[in-house]
Amino acid sequence: MSPRPLLEVDDLRVSFATEDGVVRAVDGVSYALAPGRTLGIVGESGSGKTVSSLSVMGLTRARNTRISGSIRLDGRELVTASDEELRRIRGNDVAMIFQDPLSSLHPFFRIGDQLVEAVRAHRDVSKREALDRAVELLELVGIPDARRRAQGYPHELSGGMRQRVMIAMALVNDPRLLIADEPTTALDVTVQAQILQLLGRLQAERGMAIVLITHDLGIVAELADDVAVMYAGRIVEQAPTATIFTAPEHPYTWGLLGSIPRLERPRGDDLVAIAGRPPSLINPPSGCRFHPRCPYVREAHRRVEPVLEPVPRDPRHLAACLLDAATRRELWRALEAGAAPDEARRAAGLSDEAPAAAAPEPAT
Amino acid sequence: MTRYIVRRSLWVIVLLFAVSFLTFVVFYLFPSADPALLRAGRSPSTERVEAIRQQLGLDRAWPLQFLDYLKSLVLHFDLGYSFHNDVPIKEAIFERLPATISVALGALVVWLVAGIGVGIISATRPGSRLDRLAMGGALVAISAPVYWLGLVSMYLFASDIGVLPILPGQATYVPLTEDPAGWFGSLILPWLVLASAYAAIYARLVRSTMLETLSQDYIRTARAKGLRERRVVMRHGLRGAITPVVTAAGLDLGIVLGGSILVETVFNIPGIGRQAFEAIGQADLPMIQGTVLFGALFIVVANLVVDILYAWLDPRVRY
Repeated sequence: MSPRPLLEVDDLRVSFATEDGVVRAVDGVSYALAPGRTLGIVGESGSGKTVSSLSVMGLTRARNTRISGSIRLDGRELVTASDEELRRIRGNDVAMIFQDPLSSLHPFFRIGDQLVEAVRAHRDVSKREALDRAVELLELVGIPDARRRAQGYPHELSGGMRQRVMIAMALVNDPRLLIADEPTTALDVTVQAQILQLLGRLQAERGMAIVLITHDLGIVAELADDVAVMYAGRIVEQAPTATIFTAPEHPYTWGLLGSIPRLERPRGDDLVAIAGRPPSLINPPSGCRFHPRCPYVREAHRRVEPVLEPVPRDPRHLAACLLDAATRRELWRALEAGAAPDEARRAAGLSDEAPAAAAPEPAT
Repeated sequence: MTRYIVRRSLWVIVLLFAVSFLTFVVFYLFPSADPALLRAGRSPSTERVEAIRQQLGLDRAWPLQFLDYLKSLVLHFDLGYSFHNDVPIKEAIFERLPATISVALGALVVWLVAGIGVGIISATRPGSRLDRLAMGGALVAISAPVYWLGLVSMYLFASDIGVLPILPGQATYVPLTEDPAGWFGSLILPWLVLASAYAAIYARLVRSTMLETLSQDYIRTARAKGLRERRVVMRHGLRGAITPVVTAAGLDLGIVLGGSILVETVFNIPGIGRQAFEAIGQADLPMIQGTVLFGALFIVVANLVVDILYAWLDPRVRY
């Protein structure tokens, strides 16, 4: 199979104690990522996609946080590593870029100084050498007149240039894993494309692995080799990117795909929003966590918890759905042909148990 | 930037003019002792009082007195002479300014070190026992009146009356140039007393701005870079949180430079705060004018300096 994974996450659980109760932000997530590959993690806000990745960096450690399970980088266990061990890994082996490049750069420090600091946190080099390295990286990510720009402040740059600075800062120590958390969400569409191309090019040149966190399936299609769809702290479907788009198995994934506008569909066709709101992570729904919003819910799904398991005939495609495989395929076929969820339900021969599903969640 | 400074400086002049005018108006419009009568001594003759009145120029209408005052101030930087004992006001103030500056700067150092230190400690462990203790202590320090705190501190520590006589008490001030060690020792209690309320306010200010700063995205970035937590807090955090603290410190320094009447009185330090206080008792208008003008000057200059500092501290600010 694929080469030995760089990053192995196994049954990761992260919970925060809050005044309202324990928030189970990540509840048993497992995945593996090989060097040079890109995993897209997709989900709504609050699905745990950011928390699970921050945990890789040790950035969720706090007094009110409980982390269990295993995160191995090159075989080294990170969950039990000391704060100092993790600090040595952060920005060195694993780097991260964030959603809003303006608020993520320190407004009062010069760009060059911020990069120099990143170099010198891990390398014992002079400021001069570190600055040369910083300028080299700024040039690499396509910042014109990099040496002069390094003397400037973040607010003097455009949004796209700022994100390039963030990328340069992340790559300055040649990390083997880059975690990109919604790297293009705050940017203009044209700039988005440039940044994605840049990430793709840098990855090809350096062979680093990328975890790409996004709510935008379009970005996943562009960059990711594999996709994990997260819902309420768990992975509900995982597959190679092409498979996610051509043969998705989970009703939540169908919902995500249905909420993207498509050119080949007639204009009049409604975009299908997923009904309801993301569930509370303090008191998650029983059974399948998606059941309150699932148009195809059966009575049993409210009690039984689904397991993430391979779908028939494709070991690389995992889904956590209680519907049987044949029904799922028929539902998807109908949806792909443009049917609304209730039409699809009829086409697949499912009885109309569903209306309860659309009922609003009880107030918490 | 230069234009901005010039414009602001012009405003300083306008403001000082307004302040001295108001002082005049208040002095003449509200009941005050008659300076001539006070000066004339015990049971003077009417002629003598009248002569003194003429000598001090008090027989003229007050707007004319104000114009005279302004003229000598603008043309000769002359603040006039004391009604009480004829000393030149300018000299009298300059003589007492060093004591006030000593009290103010020392207290500033104490309250900044204590306030920022406690604020950071609290902000890095919000809700902890240490944090609650510090903020509770701050509340007490803010609530304690300065004169009370001053007296209690002397009852506790002053070498003459203290239970634990380890520090020089009241009226021990000596100029720095004469006896540095004596100067320092005599100011320890005044510094601590004057600084305590400010330190408490600054601790709370630093705690809240620091808490807000530490939740910023750029702090997460600093951690993601692999910086040591100490550097994250002390460099990235403090640098982000310090601007309002510098602003407040500049303004508060301007205020205490104008004389801290209570501390100077309680500890019997010959500064301009006590000078102003005495001048009011003696209906010594030129001295009141002089001390008020200096106080106002310190405050408006502090304001100007703070605004300029602000642009330097925050590269996004442009004037």
